[in-house]
Amino acid sequence: MLAALIIVFREVFEAGLIVGIVLAVTGSVPHRNGWIGGGVLAGALAACLVAAFAGALSQLFAGMGQELFNAAILGIAVIMLTWHNVWMAHHGREMAGEMRAAGQAVADGTKSLLALAVVVGVAVLREGSEVALFLYGVAASDGGSGLSFAIGGFMGLALGVAVCLLTYFGLMRIPQRALFATTTALITLLAAGMAAQAVAFLERANWLTSLDTVVWDSGWLLSEKNIAGRALHTLIGYTDQPTEMQLVAYVAVLLVTFMLMRLTGSQPTNRGASPIPL
Amino acid sequence: MVVMMRKLALAALFAVAMLPVSPSLAQQATEIHVTYSKGQFQPSQVSAPADKPITFRVKNLDAKAMEFESTSLRVEKVVAANSEGIINVRALKPGRYEFYDDFNAAARGALIVQ
Repeated sequence: MLAALIIVFREVFEAGLIVGIVLAVTGSVPHRNGWIGGGVLAGALAACLVAAFAGALSQLFAGMGQELFNAAILGIAVIMLTWHNVWMAHHGREMAGEMRAAGQAVADGTKSLLALAVVVGVAVLREGSEVALFLYGVAASDGGSGLSFAIGGFMGLALGVAVCLLTYFGLMRIPQRALFATTTALITLLAAGMAAQAVAFLERANWLTSLDTVVWDSGWLLSEKNIAGRALHTLIGYTDQPTEMQLVAYVAVLLVTFMLMRLTGSQPTNRGASPIPL
Repeated sequence: MVVMMRKLALAALFAVAMLPVSPSLAQQATEIHVTYSKGQFQPSQVSAPADKPITFRVKNLDAKAMEFESTSLRVEKVVAANSEGIINVRALKPGRYEFYDDFNAAARGALIVQ
């Protein structure tokens, strides 16, 4: 039971963090629960589909179907997150002028909510398909211990939901004015980290072979596998053995976001315009 | 405006993602066949020459999915029940690299690179 709990929790942890951040980003936007909930539900359904066809999926592209599928959906999430940030910078003018709550500007545009719903769906899909495969395998093979595994699995899932709520309520404690800058920075780093992850999948598929030298190995300091490493992996894209190309993709997303936000944002000194001290 | 921005972002991302695509580099890779059955790797120790890319072919004979994973090899791949997974590994320095089934802590194996 404990094994199932740990495995399921490990998988849903990342999705929990992302959903928590997106909930905080959308703050007081009306109908946001419907959009985010829809994203989670669509992601869960898609995860079951992917799990059911996992064998067929991995046979695609000369056995590299899984890797390319992951790279593609991560790419979609990066575009959605970047687009959301740029959209927010563009509409920051009205917000700054009227001193309205940051999230309320999103109320005018359901497009941005759709983008974030897609991000949530992708996060749930990626993590959920592995959970579904694991639990299905357990249920199919041993009937006796199946129940206790299922209980462990559900407890792992509940812990994932707890991570989501903790992230959300933690972020909601930040004052409204600072919340916008915080979530902008979080979303930018999330996108950069996902781009680096997408590169890793393309490298595993041998589709991306240049600049594949590992730049450093900080596994001795902070392993990507323990809970702190996993949290940083999701939040800022921490990797203990990044390749040159991963770093290029990471920095490229930061720069592109920064440039697009400056180009479209109202004033260059916009609080949200500088996600990280470059 | 928004459409232009989106195109810009897309173009930038594709530029990064598509630059050095070459799907046919795995030709001279060393192939390693590993079978997974009853929750164990067979063989549990495999070897490969150094400085050459490696391709693992992991055949999962069990009725449940397994996840072939290794921190030192930087790989992680779910292999569905009764199917084969192909895992590419870059050229390695000599040493011992451990791999395991992330869904089953009892299943461990190692790759010796000479």
